[in-house]
Amino acid sequence: MKLANRVAALRAFVVKETRHILRDRQTLIILLLMPLAQVVLFGFALRTDVNDIRLAIVDAAPDEESLALRARFSGSGRFTTVATLRNPDQLETRFRRGEADVAVVIAPGLASDLAAGVPARVQIITDASNPNTGTTMQAYASTVVAAWQGDLRGARAGVRIKPDIRMQFNPTLESVNLFVPGLIALVLTMVSALMTAISLSREMERGTLEVLLVSPLRPWQIILGKVLPYLFLAFANVLTALLAAWVVFRVPFRGSLVLLLAASTLYTLVGLGIGVLIAARTSSQRTAMIGTMLGTMLPSTLLSGMIFPVASLPAPLQLLSNIVPARWFIVVVRGIMLKGAGVTHLTTELLVLTGMMLFLLVVATRSFRERLA
Amino acid sequence: MTLAIDVHQLTRRFGSFTAVDAIDLDVQQGEVFGFLGANGAGKTTAIKMLIGLLSPSGGTARVAGFDVLTQTEEVRRRIGYMSQRFSLYDDLTVRENITLYGGIYGLTDREIRERSDAMIDKLGLASSAKRLVRTIPLGWKQKLAFSVAMLHRPSVVFLDEPTGGVDPITRRQFWEMIYAAAADGTTVFVTTHYMDEAEYCDRLSIMVDGRIAAQGTPVELKSEFGVASIDDVFVQLARPAAAEAGR
Repeated sequence: MKLANRVAALRAFVVKETRHILRDRQTLIILLLMPLAQVVLFGFALRTDVNDIRLAIVDAAPDEESLALRARFSGSGRFTTVATLRNPDQLETRFRRGEADVAVVIAPGLASDLAAGVPARVQIITDASNPNTGTTMQAYASTVVAAWQGDLRGARAGVRIKPDIRMQFNPTLESVNLFVPGLIALVLTMVSALMTAISLSREMERGTLEVLLVSPLRPWQIILGKVLPYLFLAFANVLTALLAAWVVFRVPFRGSLVLLLAASTLYTLVGLGIGVLIAARTSSQRTAMIGTMLGTMLPSTLLSGMIFPVASLPAPLQLLSNIVPARWFIVVVRGIMLKGAGVTHLTTELLVLTGMMLFLLVVATRSFRERLA
Repeated sequence: MTLAIDVHQLTRRFGSFTAVDAIDLDVQQGEVFGFLGANGAGKTTAIKMLIGLLSPSGGTARVAGFDVLTQTEEVRRRIGYMSQRFSLYDDLTVRENITLYGGIYGLTDREIRERSDAMIDKLGLASSAKRLVRTIPLGWKQKLAFSVAMLHRPSVVFLDEPTGGVDPITRRQFWEMIYAAAADGTTVFVTTHYMDEAEYCDRLSIMVDGRIAAQGTPVELKSEFGVASIDDVFVQLARPAAAEAGR
């Protein structure tokens, strides 16, 4: 068949797929609103930066310096003093009841110790039952003490080394900045892998695929025809997620939008390859759906570095994370969004994704054909 | 003149089970050829090999003058297929379904428009052209599916139990459409469970346990077996197989 005819046949197929998508209103609305809902929900729920930390202060013998330190805490904006105690004995119960998140224990004689040049003692105790927030609260408390100490030194002993710590790319440590790229990956996985797997296995289940396979359409035309409309949906999703992230959380976008969309296309094609592969290997829509959930959504959430950094996974899982496409894609999106990185900075990740795409599309087309023989 | 379907020793094995066992078929152009057999006799496996959905374990098959194994592309452009299961898209309208298959088979936009107008007119679907296929009655759906399979004017059309679940009047109309197609020179290869329909065929082939147990015109077969109807021929042939299966 001539190329023109092949293109015309592909066009007819794409029109059909688009109609399926547009006509299934409920699914379409869910797919379009999903990125919005996810960015907002995950953005608020998953953030690890902590506000309104409940602080218990133990100040056995208040003096001018201990009061100054206490003022630092109340002035920081992050801490709310819930208790001021004379005696550390009551702390245990407070923590146990969950009434306090952090305790600062100031040893008696702070001002006199400082005046005498004797090391002063301040203890910070944190409720670490949630290790993530625990570490963060600990860090905040230390920062307050350090700032207080710094001023103290500056005033009394002249200028010394004063570290000026700046958190690059995410100065206020907004965790939502880290989640948005992960969410984009998650939404794209859902649209590409899940939706193609469902739509392809539906055609198998209903017998329409058989008729398509008897027609002069080649397997690549069928696969491409399924892919193209979802690619546009994926673009819409990426833009929605970016917009929602910017409007609601002021997540910055420093890089090139074109590069991001190009990378998203690449990632979507990887997802579509997985979707086709799963559909070709399963016999019903339901199995295909569960298979895709387990095979893509779960690793994309847990093994990708979206929530838990890859470096904090156990070694075998770290190794396994290398075959999770989202793990590479998230690095790309974070790079583009937060660092304004260009192609040259992301070569490894983009090459890995390209390799995955080629491998999956070849394997998927082949296993699709094998079903026939 | 080349045969529309020319099959020699066609075989398909699944592991140790032989679903189709060295069958021979020759179907003339323009014939209505009935392909009968009990469930599991190997009909669907045989059809799947003829339309290129399944590769044979042995033997050769030529359809519309081309080898199904090596010239699949040429074969596909010249055949139509209506599967056992309803094969149009429920969530597309009548006209959208026609347009889709027209496009897939490489018809021009103009050909598609002209042929779908004519088809909708002939089927009396003018008022339903914009309705979703889901909402039209089963009988109409089957007639529409057949017309869509004939849209690109194939030289051979394969119908796999096309009238399952359809009322007698629609079945009668369906067969009128089959005759009309044959009169235009299209070869019709049809499987059915209805023995009265078998009587309408020019020639028949009856499959039992993967082999062709009898082949000929309905009249020839009836006289060969000395019975009054194809139903009786079928029962005589199928009984030994059924008895063996039940043993």
